[in-house]
Amino acid sequence: MKFAIQVNEGPYQHQAADSAYLFTRAALEKGHEIFRVFFYHDGVGNGTRLTTPPQDDRHIVNRWADLAEKHGLDLVLCVAAAQRRGLVDDGEAERNGKDATNIHPKFRISGLGQLIEAAVQSDRLVVFGD
Amino acid sequence: MSELHTVNKSPFEKSSFNSCMEHVLEGSAVLLYEDGVYAAIKGTAAEGKVKSAQGVKFYALGPDLSARGVAVERVTDGVEIVDYAGFVDLAAEHDKVVAWV
Repeated sequence: MKFAIQVNEGPYQHQAADSAYLFTRAALEKGHEIFRVFFYHDGVGNGTRLTTPPQDDRHIVNRWADLAEKHGLDLVLCVAAAQRRGLVDDGEAERNGKDATNIHPKFRISGLGQLIEAAVQSDRLVVFGD
Repeated sequence: MSELHTVNKSPFEKSSFNSCMEHVLEGSAVLLYEDGVYAAIKGTAAEGKVKSAQGVKFYALGPDLSARGVAVERVTDGVEIVDYAGFVDLAAEHDKVVAWV
């Protein structure tokens, strides 16, 4: 079965970023397909490569990236949510005249249409957040 | 159409559990996870709502119960405990997933 995942909550906030990851991993382990993981609202914080948690804590960003590496996941940050919260890739840095980027290379920034497409193309949309 | 409703906040903190209970239909299921598992504890104000819902199946996420120190014996009768793989199965078995976030 094809799943789309929506994450509305930032990492290290409550539990949604963890629940979404653990659900996604369990679905992949069961042989399901993850069409896309869409990070919306504070969820875009899951995609910054500058995250540095204490060594004995889980690394939420790298955990997503490792899963994406292994399973070819499409990890997408909402562009409007990313701009508001300072999540920047090369294109956004160029467009908005920023002097740096911070997106993790396993993530990409795109529009809300990507969420709608994921919902339409998948059998189930599962939403995690506050 | 059978739906899986997911509730991730405590009924003593937010209204999402109560809203869910007002909308859930016979033949559907409710999965309690994260702080939502507090609605699955015996002797709470939520217990009556869980027990009186006609034809609605209730599930609670085991790892989230354990993380909060809620032993299996304290879980309301009739609530089935599942793991993340069980959560995935529930999402697949129902026609849609309604997240009360």
